[in-house]
Amino acid sequence: MSIKKVLTGNHAVSYGAMASRVQVISAYPITPQTQVVELLSELVADGKLDAIFVNVESEHSAMSACISASAAGARAFTATSAQGLALMHEMLHWAAGARLPIVLADINRAMAPPWTIWTDQNDSLSQRDTGWMQIYVESNQEAFDSIILAYKVAEQVFLPCMVVLDAFVLSHTSEPIEIHDQEKIDEYLPPYRPMVTIEPGKPIGYGALAAPDTYMEFRYKMQRAMENAVEIFEKEGKLFGDMFGHSYDLVEPYMMDDAEYVIITVGAVTSTARVAIQELRKKGEKAGLLKFRVLRPFPFEKLRELLSGRKKVAVIDRNISFGHHGIFYQEVKSALYPLSNRPPVFGYIAGLGGRDITVSDVVDIYEDMKKRETLEEIIWKGVKL
Amino acid sequence: MVEIRTHGRGGQGAVVASKILADAAFRVGKYAQSFPQFGVERRGAPVVAFTRIAESEEELPVRSNIYEPDHIVVLDPTLLSIPDTFAGLKEGGWVIVNTPELPENLDIPAKFRVATVDASEIAVKYGLGSKAQPIVNTAILGAFSRVLENVIPLSAILNSIPEEVPVKPDANQKACEEAYNMTRIRK
Repeated sequence: MSIKKVLTGNHAVSYGAMASRVQVISAYPITPQTQVVELLSELVADGKLDAIFVNVESEHSAMSACISASAAGARAFTATSAQGLALMHEMLHWAAGARLPIVLADINRAMAPPWTIWTDQNDSLSQRDTGWMQIYVESNQEAFDSIILAYKVAEQVFLPCMVVLDAFVLSHTSEPIEIHDQEKIDEYLPPYRPMVTIEPGKPIGYGALAAPDTYMEFRYKMQRAMENAVEIFEKEGKLFGDMFGHSYDLVEPYMMDDAEYVIITVGAVTSTARVAIQELRKKGEKAGLLKFRVLRPFPFEKLRELLSGRKKVAVIDRNISFGHHGIFYQEVKSALYPLSNRPPVFGYIAGLGGRDITVSDVVDIYEDMKKRETLEEIIWKGVKL
Repeated sequence: MVEIRTHGRGGQGAVVASKILADAAFRVGKYAQSFPQFGVERRGAPVVAFTRIAESEEELPVRSNIYEPDHIVVLDPTLLSIPDTFAGLKEGGWVIVNTPELPENLDIPAKFRVATVDASEIAVKYGLGSKAQPIVNTAILGAFSRVLENVIPLSAILNSIPEEVPVKPDANQKACEEAYNMTRIRK
């Protein structure tokens, strides 16, 4: 039977991992992720979750333990934030290159220095090119659901997946979520069936030397796996909806049917932007919202289909690539380049280091985009100059 | 939608108070969201937490801080002298204060409604926290439901307490009930 409960985003992640019947958890605590692994370690200790919890001395080791567990055929899970994710960087490449379907929850926290614990996306986006899939969620329900969905997709394409949620705005926010019926979850997500496993007594090499005559093919296959993941995300997101009542896609339109001006958001700010779009619609504006949910694999086709022919597009980035632009802005622009009727795209940087993004901020961004005549690629919203 | 801001000091339980409000609202069929304005929490430092309560999920997607609360809950009377405490409070909004003072004795503008209860004394009586540092969150929520029963009834708060406060749930429930009965409302 499903249960409805008021939970923080962090605990939604813990219960998502439990519902996915993870077998090995290895993690190192870091604010704001700590509650995720605190609860998981309690659930393991109390015998409510049949898993091994491996305590380690660093995030690098946490990912190493997950890699070993996954290579041995176990469903492995970890969670981290900011500097912790950065410390994993080397092993993130390893997990993806070894084609291990590990799931990691990253509680988006801005990078230090200056020291900070609040949200932005530079931690997860710094790992964009490691070969991990990335899902950015909007609510605690979506955090819970996405952990399950992440395993379902990862174990079909043999690539690891990161589920990313905003520090505090989701991680420490309590709201009602539905914990779906476990039998149905088990039906949706059957046990992991690895292609190869390492076993004592049956030695095989993993990640051995690949000379120039073979290495490139490994990379080609990773790219193909990512490309295939687009369709699998679509299919599994729909099936999730059929079974649990809420379907998921890689990009999700809101009031887009007749929209002329579109705002693109990522993560929790999407919820706030929905209210802004409702307000703009009441004033007669043809405003639409596009929630960018899955960054890798990149949803080229859907994005082009949804944005082609619109008058203008604004991307709100809670991140920055220093010396370039907002990262989702770069990605959207480059995806639209082959279109002949591509709309002008404006890039807004907002909410870095947890600065609040309000409904009126989003309305301002909309109005600012609408009145601009020349293309601006980096517009700072809310910075004190 | 009703928006509530809770002001306290680190260690008084402001964040848990806002969680209890959300959980209790959910128990009476409403949709709710609570979150702390998270700092690096230190004992004694001002802490702010937010709660949004709506009749349905559709009303509630905003995820920014609350700048214009309908009501405020103040766990430490010394916070009344900080202008931030009243910032944006809507006219007619309740100011629910933990203090031994009568509400008439507090210097709070007439455009607000005021309720007081000595939550610290009640918390000490029931062994919640220490005498120097009582944990007043469950007691002050008794006062909350006394004046805002239509938003959250006392019974729902009492039912949420064991969920959110696993330590001494009985004593916390008793403190909450006693505060409900002892609440004084400005005439």
